This record gives sequence, structure tokens and C-alpha cells, in this order.
Amino acid sequence: MTCAVGVERKSVQGASEAPPLMTSFSADWGSDISTLKGVPWGKAMMWVFLVSDTFIFTCFLVGYMAVRMSTVEPWPNPSEVFALQVFGNSVPLLLIAIMTFILISSSGTMAMAVNMGYQRRKDAATSLILVTALLGAMFVGMQAFEWSKLILDEGVRPWSNPFGAPQFGAVFFMVTGFHGLHVSAGVVYLLTIAFRLRRGKYDESNFEIVEITGLYWHFVDLVWVFIFALFYLW
Amino acid sequence: MTEFEAPYQETMDVQHPRSWITRYWFSQDHKVIAVQYGVTAIAVGLVALVLSGLMRIQIGFPGLLPFITPDIYYQAVTMHGMIMVIFLLTAFLLGAFGNFCIPLMLGARDMVFPFVNMLSYHVYLLSVVVLMASYFVPGGPTGAGWTLYPPQAILPGTPGVDWGIVTMLLSLIIFVVAFTMGGLNYITTILQARTRGMTLMRMPLTVWGILMATVLGLLAFPALFVSAVMMLLDKLVGTSFFMPAIVSFGQPLEYSGGSPLLFQHLFWFFGHPEVYIVALPAFGVVSELISVHSRKNIFGYRMMVWALVAIGALSFVVWAHHMYVAGMHPYFGFFFATTTLIIAVPTAIKVYNWVLTLWKANIKLTVPMLFALAFILTFVVGGLSGLFLGNVIIDVPLSDTYFVVAHFHMVMGVAPILVIFGGIYHWYPKLTGRMLNNALGQLHFWVTFLGTYAVYYPMHYLGFIGVPRRYYANGVESDFYPASAVTLNEFITVAALVVGLMQFVFVYNLIASYFRGKRAGPNPWGATTLEWQTPNTPPDHGNWGGTLPTVHRWAYDYSVPGEEQDFVPQNVERRS
Repeated sequence: MTCAVGVERKSVQGASEAPPLMTSFSADWGSDISTLKGVPWGKAMMWVFLVSDTFIFTCFLVGYMAVRMSTVEPWPNPSEVFALQVFGNSVPLLLIAIMTFILISSSGTMAMAVNMGYQRRKDAATSLILVTALLGAMFVGMQAFEWSKLILDEGVRPWSNPFGAPQFGAVFFMVTGFHGLHVSAGVVYLLTIAFRLRRGKYDESNFEIVEITGLYWHFVDLVWVFIFALFYLW
Repeated sequence: MTEFEAPYQETMDVQHPRSWITRYWFSQDHKVIAVQYGVTAIAVGLVALVLSGLMRIQIGFPGLLPFITPDIYYQAVTMHGMIMVIFLLTAFLLGAFGNFCIPLMLGARDMVFPFVNMLSYHVYLLSVVVLMASYFVPGGPTGAGWTLYPPQAILPGTPGVDWGIVTMLLSLIIFVVAFTMGGLNYITTILQARTRGMTLMRMPLTVWGILMATVLGLLAFPALFVSAVMMLLDKLVGTSFFMPAIVSFGQPLEYSGGSPLLFQHLFWFFGHPEVYIVALPAFGVVSELISVHSRKNIFGYRMMVWALVAIGALSFVVWAHHMYVAGMHPYFGFFFATTTLIIAVPTAIKVYNWVLTLWKANIKLTVPMLFALAFILTFVVGGLSGLFLGNVIIDVPLSDTYFVVAHFHMVMGVAPILVIFGGIYHWYPKLTGRMLNNALGQLHFWVTFLGTYAVYYPMHYLGFIGVPRRYYANGVESDFYPASAVTLNEFITVAALVVGLMQFVFVYNLIASYFRGKRAGPNPWGATTLEWQTPNTPPDHGNWGGTLPTVHRWAYDYSVPGEEQDFVPQNVERRS
């Protein structure tokens, strides 16, 4: 790993006491070598990527709002479409509430993994990453259940649905699908990192790779919050 | 400045190539990747050049080449535009100049993640292959125009509606992925991996231009990505994102309720910053060329940097000036006209500063300098016609005429291409150790420069008399043309063909000089920036040998009073 060199310096940097905010801001941006002091390359790169990815999701969501305005048919009522039958009662948003709870919880386990990583407790960090990946996989599995229910039982298609505007199915499958791809990719990413962590690939470093992975994971969760609000509550 | 801090890259371990394949094909050396990007972009650019020649022959002499049917013509229009904007200009300015200049000018050994950088080129190559595959699929490439406006882009009647539009959209999606991988590397390298003494405000303006353009790219390409995904779904799955209820060839289609205007908003939210993704690196490179070849420090360095930043920020709030006649709310037009005209302020700062750099300077009319001067002229011409088009009330009659064609070719076609030429003539000696042939360079410059004016100046007039763009044949749908327009079109075609042929002389020069060019030496132009101070020419993999250079001054110490030479390299210590 060519980046490992850049990564070691964090311990040197972290020791210095923090100067006042504005002074340190101008000092950092006026300095040579690095602008974001003590930030490993991988972490800086992940942040920049996430900003770019934010724009992708923003464009998707703005597109959703625009077609919701442009379509001529009424928009389906989400609390009816996303209801689950429990003992004969229709409970609105039950499945999605569980899914959201699971995904938010996975952010919690991820944060604990980052903490364990910086304490150099490798086994604990690995286990917590695996738990996070498991929760992520559960989320994707429940999403697959939700999709199959919508497609097979309710007859929702990307081009039409029995509830109203055809754009509902189109935009729902596109955006939740794109997010689901992010979660699936994140699960693979987490498993890879857990595997490499266990193999001792990062022993030379400060285990900030766990934090970098965590940044991505938290981002995917944060995006879900917006998707949840805009698709299920609006 | 924190003295104890060592550059991250000091001890960076570069991947040493073990075989021909890893040295020249899957190389992780930023210079090789730059050449790969450059060669691919030039190759695909030559295809687009030939296409433009075919278009011009059809416009100037309709029926001269009978194989140019309306389908072929519209496919050529589309492919020419898309290739030139995305696969040549963006890929060359960021992929080639970005990869070459960033590590060398910052005193770094390589990009921070060379593997990702290598991957970026190969994904870009894939996008080019998919795009070129358009010509081999049933029905040929799409003929929807480079803006790919729905609904026509995916409806029968448009050439390439079965396969061409799909390969085009896939190619764009792949390109966005490639650009993202490259762009993340550029930004991280510039922010985190400079050498000792290289503060942001000591960076050459080339690096500033590339940095701002990359930021724009990472924020604007997502909109292209999303619009391409949505249109692919409309085409392949049957969703109606961009498709209203529509009757096609007498048959009502399944589509309903979509918004074609949404595509235009998404497209131009990408499309306008795209203009500056192309322009900002060109601004940076041209600042470099003018300063080096006029032996004078750049005028107003700080203002140049802030103008780049301001242009970059403003470019995100002007996109709908491409849509004045698209049927959006008129108040939008008022807002976007205002922001558009505000951009003229930082742009004018840059132009004034270039001119003031030239003022009383020791100007050397080398080939790179000629191209830089030509850029200023061309950019001003294109910018001034932009003032007309930026105003709603003047834009309405000029929309979709040759005035628009003349404007955007001047400002974002010819102007950045001139900078690319200038940059190639400037950096070729460092890349290969040999000079490009000067006589051929002068010939190339004068024919290209005067030729493009012969091509695009008359187009302004054509636009004023109402000649519409993208028409297949004059005189059939457009009998209202005066005879002068027909004659002018013939003249333009001849000029365009001469300019096009001259580019092959340039390519010949590139190849021939590699083998037979005059030996250049490490610093033929007497430039101050770090890429000219490498221990070897061409620079080795890893660039700097044992230790990285230390920077003691800004990038523009030319003709400093009291110094022996008329330039002081950035890594020379200041005298106390």
C-alpha cells in the first residue's frame, strides 16, 4: 500500500495542542505540504468522494420532486402503499420503520468499531465491522422483500402501478435501488476491510481505514434518512 | 509554517514496472497515464475532426458526397459535439495536463493513489470504446444532437434510436466514473501532497485552474450521471421521467406525465459548469505560457486565483441561460441573465491581468506564446458574443442560429483547443527531451488561428440573418436564405477543411519530433516552475530522485532586478 506512508504521521500531529480556530484555519490553508493537517490521504479522498456522491443523490431526489410535480395523475398515498398486514390490521410503514431502525443501529455499531480501531483493539473492531455488515445485509434483504411485495403482490411496475402516477414506481425503484446498491457495495467493502484487518494488513497504521470505511457507511445511512423522509413520509 | 512536517511523499514507494505491460500499458506513473490520456483524446478528437469535415462539406456543398444522408449528418453532428466536449477537451485538459502537471509542479512523486489513477485511464478508455462502438451497432450512433434532448432522443425518427442512444448514455456514465476516480486523485494530491514550501498561494496557476475545474467536475458530472441513468430507464425500461404523453407516427405511446424540461435542467446543471471545466484549466495554462514566454511575472496573481474560484462558484448558478426558449418561467430567465452577466466580472479580471502581464514585457513569439496570445483574442471574441446571448431578449431571436454556433465554438471550442496546442508545444520538451519542429509549429499556428477566424467570424453574420443551426440541407427547408449565405457557407467549408488538414501536420510533428527533434535540455524556456527543475529530462518514475525539492518562492520570479538570469526557479533559496 503506497498510502501507508502518509498515514503514519497522524500520531505526530495529534499530539500538538489545538490553536484557536480561525488562526489554525488560516495557518493550515496558508501552509505547505498538506492543507488538512493530520488527515490521511484516504480519508481526504473519501470526504471529497462523498461530497460528489451527495450531488448524485441530490440530483436523484430533485428529479423525484420534479416528476412528482409534472405528472398529471395523483401521487399514491405512501401510508397505504407501504402498509403491512399484521393479524388482519393494516399497519402503515411498519416494515420501513424496522428497516430504518436496523440501518441506524448499524451506524452505531460502525461508530463503536471506529472507536475500537483507534484503541488498537483489532478483534473487537473486526467483530463490530462484521456486525455492521450483517445489519447492512439485513437491510438489503428486507428491501428485497419490500420490492418483491410491491412487484409481485401489488403489481407496481416502473412504468405503471395501480395506485396512481406511473412515476411513483419509476422513481421509487430507481432511487431505493441506487441506495440499495450503495448499501450492498458497502457490505462488500466492510467485509473486505474486516478480512484485511484480521489478516494484519493495517497493523503498521493507525487503523484509520476503519474510520474511512465508517465515513462511507454513515453517509449511506444519512442518505437513507432523506430517502425515508421524502418517499415514505411525504 | 510547520518545519517539522515532512512531505508525505518523501519516502513514498513508487511501483516500479517489471515488464513492458506495466511500464507502458498498466503503468502507475502519472506521466505515462498523462500520455495515455493525451494520445487517446487526440485520436478520438481526430475522428470528431473528420466528422466535422463531413458536416461542413454537406453544409457548403449539399449533395457533393452522396453518402451523407440526413441520418449520417445528424449522427456526425452529435458525435462531433460529444467527442469534442467530453472525450477530447475534458479528457485532455484534466486527464493529460492534470496528470502531467500536478505532481511535477507540486514537487510530488506521483498522485496519491497511483493505482486508482491508472484505473481512471482504463475506465476512460472503456468509455471511448463504448462510444466508438456506436458506429458498429445496428442503426449507428444517436443523431439526437450532443444535448440529447428528450423526447426526440429516444423516439423513432431520430437516427440511432435503437442502439446508438444506449451506447452513448452508457459511455457517458462510464466516463463519469473514470473522471471521478481521476478527480479524487487530483484534489487529494493538490491538497495533501505538496512538497516543502509549496503553499497553496505559491502554486502555479495551472494547478489552480486544474484544481477548480476538478472541483466543478466532481459537483457537475453527477447531474449528467443522473440524467443519463434516467434516460436509459426511459429508453429501456419504459419509465416516464422525461417523457410526456406523446403521439408518435400517429400512435399514442405508453409514456405519460414526464418532464422534458427536467432533463434540460439536469443536463445544463452539468453542461454549464462543463464549459468552465474546460475553460479553467485553459485559463491556468495560458497564464503560465504568457508569464514564461513574456519573461514577466503574472500580473495580479492573487486576483487570478480568486477569479478562478469566483468563476467556479458562479458557474453553478447560470445553467438555465441555455434554456431561455425552452418554455421555462420567464422570471427564471431574468435571474439567470443577471448571474450570467456577473460572471463577466471575474472573467474580465483575468483578461485584463493577462494583458497587463504583456504590458512592457520581453515578449518572445515562440509557438506556445503565439497560441496563448491567440487564446486571449479568441476568448474575448467568444466572450463578447456571450454577452449578447446571455440577455434573454437578444437571445430569443438568436437561439438555434449560427450565431450560437459561432459563440460556443469561439469561446469553448477554439479557445481551449488553442491552449491545448500551446501547452503541448510548451511541455513536449519536458515530456520527451526533444523540441517540436518550430517551422511546422509556426505553420500549424498561423493556419489554425487565421483559419478558425475564417470559419467562425462569418457564422456570426449567418446567425444574424437567421440561418438556423443543425439543418441538413440549405435551400430545401430554408429557401429564405439570401444568396450571400450560401456563398459564405462554401467559404466556411473550404476554410474548415484547410484547418482540419493542418491538424494532421501537427500530429505528424508530434510523431516525427519524438524521433528527430532537436535535443531540448532540461529547461529550454527558462521557466521557474518545478517541472523544469527535475534531475532528469524526461523525468524518471518518481520524478525527483532521492529527495523532493524545497520551494522558496512563488512561481513567477521572472526578470527580477539584480538577478543574473531573467528567471529564478522556485527551488532556489532567497538571498537574505
